[in-house]
Amino acid sequence: MSAPLLEVTDLVTTFPADGSRAAVVDGVSIHLEAGEVLALVGESGCGKSMTALSILRLVPRPGRIESGRIELAGRDVGALSVNEMRRVRGAEAAMIFQEPMTSLNPVQAAGDQVVEAIRLHERVSAADARARTVELFERVGIPDPESRFDAYPHQLSGGIKQRVMVAMALSMSPKLLIADEPTTALDVTIQAQILELLREVRDRIGMGILLITHDLGVVNELADRITVMYAGQVAEEGTREDVLARPRHPYTQGLLASIPSRARPGEPLAEIAGVVPSPGRFPSGCRFATRCFRVIDRCRSEAPEATRIGEKHRAWCHVVAAEEGKA
Amino acid sequence: MGGYVVSNAVVALLGVGAAFTVRAVRRSRFWSDAARELARRRPLALLAIAVYVGVGLADSVSWIDAAGGVQGVEAHTPRSLIDRAFPAGFQERSYSAPFAEVEFYGGAPLEHPGAHWFGTDILGRDVLHLTLKGARIALLIGGLTSLIVIPLALLFGMSAGYLGGRVDDAVFFVISTLASIPNLLLLIALILALGRGPVQVCVAMGVTSWVGFARIVRGETFKLRELDYVQAARALGASEARIVLRHILPNVMHLVVITFVLLFSGTVLSEAILSFLGIGIDGSWGQMIDQARDELARDPIIAWNLAAASVALFLLILAVNRVGDAVRDILDPRTLVEDL
Amino acid sequence: MIGYALRRLLYGFLVVQGVLGLLFVLFFLYAEPMDMARRAVGEKAPPAVLKLWIQEHGYDRPWTDQLRDHYVRMLSFDFGRSDADEVPIARRLREGVGPSLSFTVPTFALGLVLGVALSLFVAYFRETYIDRTGVVIAVLAMSVSILLYIIGSQYLIGKILNWFPISGFDPDPRVLPRFVAMPILIGVVAGIGGDLRFYRTVFVEETSRDYVRTARAKGCGDGRVMAFHVLRNALIPILTRVVTAIPFLFTGSLLIESFFGIPGLGAVTVEAIQGNDFSTLRVMVFIGALAFILFQIVTDFTYTLVDPRVRLE
Repeated sequence: MSAPLLEVTDLVTTFPADGSRAAVVDGVSIHLEAGEVLALVGESGCGKSMTALSILRLVPRPGRIESGRIELAGRDVGALSVNEMRRVRGAEAAMIFQEPMTSLNPVQAAGDQVVEAIRLHERVSAADARARTVELFERVGIPDPESRFDAYPHQLSGGIKQRVMVAMALSMSPKLLIADEPTTALDVTIQAQILELLREVRDRIGMGILLITHDLGVVNELADRITVMYAGQVAEEGTREDVLARPRHPYTQGLLASIPSRARPGEPLAEIAGVVPSPGRFPSGCRFATRCFRVIDRCRSEAPEATRIGEKHRAWCHVVAAEEGKA
Repeated sequence: MGGYVVSNAVVALLGVGAAFTVRAVRRSRFWSDAARELARRRPLALLAIAVYVGVGLADSVSWIDAAGGVQGVEAHTPRSLIDRAFPAGFQERSYSAPFAEVEFYGGAPLEHPGAHWFGTDILGRDVLHLTLKGARIALLIGGLTSLIVIPLALLFGMSAGYLGGRVDDAVFFVISTLASIPNLLLLIALILALGRGPVQVCVAMGVTSWVGFARIVRGETFKLRELDYVQAARALGASEARIVLRHILPNVMHLVVITFVLLFSGTVLSEAILSFLGIGIDGSWGQMIDQARDELARDPIIAWNLAAASVALFLLILAVNRVGDAVRDILDPRTLVEDL
Repeated sequence: MIGYALRRLLYGFLVVQGVLGLLFVLFFLYAEPMDMARRAVGEKAPPAVLKLWIQEHGYDRPWTDQLRDHYVRMLSFDFGRSDADEVPIARRLREGVGPSLSFTVPTFALGLVLGVALSLFVAYFRETYIDRTGVVIAVLAMSVSILLYIIGSQYLIGKILNWFPISGFDPDPRVLPRFVAMPILIGVVAGIGGDLRFYRTVFVEETSRDYVRTARAKGCGDGRVMAFHVLRNALIPILTRVVTAIPFLFTGSLLIESFFGIPGLGAVTVEAIQGNDFSTLRVMVFIGALAFILFQIVTDFTYTLVDPRVRLE
């Protein structure tokens, strides 16, 4: 069996806090096959973005990856030299970000930024790179690509900018695309278009996508599998049906219940009481214990291990463990 | 001669002002947090500044009496606390090295052998004494100038920013005009016009320095004016003056603090340059450095005068700069960073 | 674009009027014709001679006349003669520009390159001990008065090491470097602290922006990130600072020229101050202001070259 596209094992990424270091990603494991879309879901601050950045070794100073193993198509990412890593970024694995407004260099033309992405990895003439870029623009659905090439970011709308980002990311036909909240800053109609674009690309070149989002609607549209994160750790993971239709972890259940469209008219919106604990101030035991509506004594003292529920479905919860007959 | 009475009164006023400031800081969560953070990051620099301020204040409190065996003219000259720390008639005839027992040239015995820790200058005055007195001048320069700059800049900057229109045009024109003239040249021209006393020098420095800050206040006021809660206050019918005082002013205070600290070191250094050109303030460290210029050319060299004044100047400026950087980091929301 | 240029020039002209007015007030207030005459002719000169001097220089006319004369002459660049020694001021200016530029330009260029390079380096390593050390050194360097740099270096180099002459000037290109080496060195060292702090702040701010993250994510090496992406975006504040400094290249550094015996415009100014030579001082300040206003306008236009978001209307 060939190696999975992405295999992250027990990743720990820390940041300084109050004199020592706090883990914002605390023992996270992720598995992604080629051609699959894995959605990494959770509230703001749960560590999903940091997990993504860690995969490409883009964790901003003063943060750093403390431990864990990251394998991209069988290669140990942590063991790569700086130069090798540079060659991986943008070519084998690419990333697009949340804020198209600020993610593009404001003093560089849109087309030139994509050309740069190409010429960093391949020896092509400027003319060839330009031609390829224009073609890419067309494929990602940018109207009038020739003139858009010379436009500056401030002259483009959010939707077009995000498409430019996608073009940039796809320019070297990467095996893995990490999309960090690609649609959060966009209008709903544009959102749908970008998602459609991603789906199309996935179908066409069999690219694996790690989709970071807190928007369950997006998850529903695109994801094959889902991993739910809370406070730096994985709470539940499974296929789309597993997690959306049959959630077992109280946090996941709470998340799904709090979707406004699920509310019944006249009744108050469901919510999860309390706030996410900040890194460095995590409680011992299960981190969700303070807000969990199914909490038992064991939750406060012992961190839960994984409980297998289905073929690809696991949850980290003592109550679920009990339900599944495990001690 | 009545100058010393004014000086004492000012010290008293400063004490009262300090008490009010402390109370205001305590009452505000933002400011007391900031103060605590500052104390955490720069304890040494703050301590150094406290020492300088202490010495400066001590030199500002003086009175006339004949105590301590003072004779002749000295009995009728106001002497400060710093003056009184030194024995009466401490002056020698001319140069002497630190801790020396004899004069530097000629070897005649001193009146107070071994008592001059930093030696004496060309007039025989104790260098340590002079250096300590310089602290008061430095604080005066920095403090008085800032006292002129800040209200001026706030007044013009906020009026221009808030009222806009003709007022803004006029203020901006004045700012542009003053800003166009090279600082040092304008400063010199002003001092030549106003005279060479300490107050005039401070006024001249104030006039040359207020423009930069006024521009910043104006820009900030423009931004603040458009904020939602200011619009809301206007909609609720609050008077313009009230809005400016209660909504705009508190939100430029952080700039005031940052500017005050940065201005302080700038003006003290500028005065040193003025002393060089012969138009500084009497008794300042700059003047001591200026006087010491040719002492280095002698053989053997006389370095203690220069060393004392230089070190005193350097340490104060360093401490203020360090504090200034920290203050700016703490108060500027954009550069707020975890201090590791 | 043309409309904007015209409007800026017009406003600049208005400001120049304001500057001239201010100058007149300052010098008129202070000018005591008798004092000036005495200083120029001699303390012991008989009153008749002094009166003649005052008449010749026009300091006895009504202030309205002097005011109009002041404006007309300044604006037509008719600078007249120095009060102190009757040398035409325009000639002094011409003779002084060369020596001033001979050391201010290298100081500026070297300071700029060094400042930007060091700051990029330090900003790249921000939050590490390299950064912290760099900032501390910069603050230390900034806290030393330029006077001390001058005195210290003159003593060290002149007396002890004797590598360069302490003062003096010779425009002969073969020996010129020896005379300007010290001034350039002092100029760069004295300024590097402030420059480093300023540029570092700008670079650190830019480095934390999203587009830098994007650049890294697509495979940009750190060198390219700093030298291409960050630097290009940091150009606006840097440009402002740089262009604003250009006028001062001409006016020279008063202190350095006076200490190192360089006969540039700065030295002219210092002599004018010490000799209470108003005619010359007036002209120096006017030239300085004019250059400053002009370069302000130039700065605005360079923004359009550097930042595509800036459109002047």
